[in-house]
Amino acid sequence: MKQKLNYLKETPSQTAGPFVHIGLAPGAAGFDIYDQELGTDIAGPNACGERIRVEGLVIDGIGSPVKDVMLEAWQANATGSYAHPEHPGDVEDGFRGWGRVITNFETGEWGFDTIKPGPVMGRYGQMMAPHINLWIVARGINVGLNTRLYFSDEEEANSADPVINLIEWERRRKTLIAQRVERDGATVYRFDICLQGDNETVFFDI
Amino acid sequence: MTKPAEFYQRDREWHPPALDRNYKTSVARSPQYPLISLENTASEITGPVFGHNDFAPTDNDLLTNYAQPGQAPVGERIIVHGRVLDENARPVPNTLVEIWQANASGKYRHKKDAYLGSMDPNFGGCGRTMTDSDGYYYFRTVKPGAYPWRNWVNNWRPAHIHISVFGTGFAQRLITQLYFEGDPLIDQCPIVKTIPDPDAVQQLIAALDMNASIPLDTLAYKFDIVLRGRRSKLFENRLEGN
Ligand SMILES: [Fe+3]
Repeated sequence: MKQKLNYLKETPSQTAGPFVHIGLAPGAAGFDIYDQELGTDIAGPNACGERIRVEGLVIDGIGSPVKDVMLEAWQANATGSYAHPEHPGDVEDGFRGWGRVITNFETGEWGFDTIKPGPVMGRYGQMMAPHINLWIVARGINVGLNTRLYFSDEEEANSADPVINLIEWERRRKTLIAQRVERDGATVYRFDICLQGDNETVFFDI
Repeated sequence: MTKPAEFYQRDREWHPPALDRNYKTSVARSPQYPLISLENTASEITGPVFGHNDFAPTDNDLLTNYAQPGQAPVGERIIVHGRVLDENARPVPNTLVEIWQANASGKYRHKKDAYLGSMDPNFGGCGRTMTDSDGYYYFRTVKPGAYPWRNWVNNWRPAHIHISVFGTGFAQRLITQLYFEGDPLIDQCPIVKTIPDPDAVQQLIAALDMNASIPLDTLAYKFDIVLRGRRSKLFENRLEGN
């Protein structure tokens, strides 16, 4: 008989359910328990780069906003470094690059403040355009969904981005581009995520 | 500092599919197009790092972290403990584990929970901790109650604890649920049954662990969590630049 490989199997995923906030953002669930909740400040006070706000909706196949979703953001700093010991480059004191985002229970709108990340070196020496990695969980989502948010004012970098260019259906690439608008002197990117339909957002198996 | 290396790809047949018509909420919330396969880059291999400054050492004790001084939540007192490992069976140290659950009557402390079960003034229902250098973690809590939910008219969730784990890279991010050995509702539950492989379901059932229980005080359940494994060698050595 052949030898055994002896790998373990990954623990299977289950939906985060409607009450994910209790565990990961109890303030949103309506109670105060921890000294500090995690993921409320993505960039910290010392981060260089352009301060931006990102806003959007997660929209289901009926066209309705998903109001019980939780998103996590993971991004590099303005010089393209992740706050991780295996990634080259330094980040500013207090920059974690990770955040948790809860929707408004009435409207489904979500938003977060951060800095615009820089380009990050990808595989085969190909530079990736600035992007924020997003992970989306909710009731009815059995395995968390991974996508990437790119920026509408990075047209040149986006058109050379090796990940965007992996998407065979060119029409779908635009689902990853957040649209830049100026509002009251602030920079806001709009990024609606469609779980289904003609404009279904591209999700990745990473 | 280890060389950046990729995680093993996720076995999507081991995980539940996005769409399962018996779990009704998934019908309008499941992507219809296939996922785009993406080989790991720095964006997936890295992930947030947490430290002991991020939480209090008592955050893993749900028996006390919301209770009035001198009081305790109602219910069967339990320890949930185990290790976070990767698919190579190596411990994942210093990784954040967060849990949330209903109280002993099946009621969540959440403004959107409308179930008839009673609220326990001494139970918040959430906890968090970091694995130690062996990947070990534990929580003290009460065994959650089963509760009904709107799916088919008479669906009940088996007693369960929701668990969130990070690992070292964003690609390892996982949320799952722990069930309890011997619960007859496990086989009935449409959410459990989104997982096609019965062996995968078994991996979510915590075993009663009498050796770890504390006599006259607390029962124990053991629950190991396995995150995606990682190549030990970088076969494709152009991952990071040229
Ligand atoms: Fe639940």
